[in-house]
Amino acid sequence: MNLTLACEVNGAAVGGEVDARTLLVDFLRGQLRLTGTHVGCDTSQCGACVVHVNGRAVKSCTMLAVQAAGARVTTIEGLAPAGGLHPMQAAFRAEHALQCGFCTPGMIMTAVALLARNPDPSEAEVRAGLEGNLCRCTGYHNIVKAVLSAARQMRGGDHVHV
Amino acid sequence: MYELEYQRPGSVAAALAAADADSAFLAGGMTLLPTLKMRLSRRSRLIDLSALDDLQGVRVTPSALIIGAMTAHVEVQDSAEVRRALPALAKLAGGIGDPLVRNRGTIGGSLANNDPAADYPAAVLGLGATVETNKREISAEQFFTGMFSTALDTGELITRVSFPLPRRAAYLKFRNPASRYAVVGVMVADTAQGIRVAVTGAGPCVFRVPSFEEALSRRFSADALRGLRVPSDGLNGDMHGSAAYRASLIGVIARRAVAMAAS
Repeated sequence: MNLTLACEVNGAAVGGEVDARTLLVDFLRGQLRLTGTHVGCDTSQCGACVVHVNGRAVKSCTMLAVQAAGARVTTIEGLAPAGGLHPMQAAFRAEHALQCGFCTPGMIMTAVALLARNPDPSEAEVRAGLEGNLCRCTGYHNIVKAVLSAARQMRGGDHVHV
Repeated sequence: MYELEYQRPGSVAAALAAADADSAFLAGGMTLLPTLKMRLSRRSRLIDLSALDDLQGVRVTPSALIIGAMTAHVEVQDSAEVRRALPALAKLAGGIGDPLVRNRGTIGGSLANNDPAADYPAAVLGLGATVETNKREISAEQFFTGMFSTALDTGELITRVSFPLPRRAAYLKFRNPASRYAVVGVMVADTAQGIRVAVTGAGPCVFRVPSFEEALSRRFSADALRGLRVPSDGLNGDMHGSAAYRASLIGVIARRAVAMAAS
């Protein structure tokens, strides 16, 4: 069953015809060519596919594209203006918070949403907040450091919130 | 996923009219969509409930907390009203799955699914809540009928859940570290209907423990449960723990929950 989908992705109005069973992640990657969002496990466990829908971090592999009709979607590509880095992205680079990098887009999207809810998290709160994101390199230590570092920077007001 | 139809009706009446034996209501989709993706399940039509504002939100009356079926776990977790009126429920909601699951998953979806290791069934049974549907009110005792099964008829829709406010309550689970589902979870509540103890994760379906309830009725203290054991017959045994292990864990977690509620 094909349906017409209209929504906003990274600030731009997008539309298209999608099969009802198309997952949001496949719409983003396949039709919009926004391949920064990754498919890690395809069983709703790993969080590599996390995007924001109406400001909430969600697994885009566990949502139909048509469920995003009328919604505001942000992917890793939309986090900062072209050529720039969001403070979270900058912190991941500075703290070497990635090894293979496959989980990174999902980690960053979850972490940005985490700080929106709690701008000054403890280390334990960061770890709990990242429970839905798996790093198979097991590089959690630097990921947590990066989120805490980004939180400090963003509270300091040196950077523009997205 | 097999081919299917999708609708997002704007009213409960339209949602009910779209339902048939092969369709499914789509709430948060945190269980339904993965099972469809894996082709463990096949539905001809999904009826997305997300546009039904009547099913959203939290309301507190002097005697009850009423939660709309489409209220997401994160909203229960964060709600100042829930934290004030029934903090044990806010804590329970904040421990479901992970933040991404809590952003989508709903109380109505969780109850309709009735996973044997889900958290909300323990709250509904332990607090003596009432599940309201488009056509009736169902008591907690009657709602949960077995593993992944409920008293809901085909096409019947949960609209809201009403929790009578307890004098005190606590929920604690020993969680599977990977899935965050309860290996054993216990809701202990001191209610107008008496002391109630409900256990999830341990058996094929949430259940009460009358021997614990009687002991706690005499004295609401963790010590009151010392020496009491739940038989392991019929409990779940799997790679995460044997039936005997779960039986033992019920006592441990129940005592800790009582201590939390009593403090």
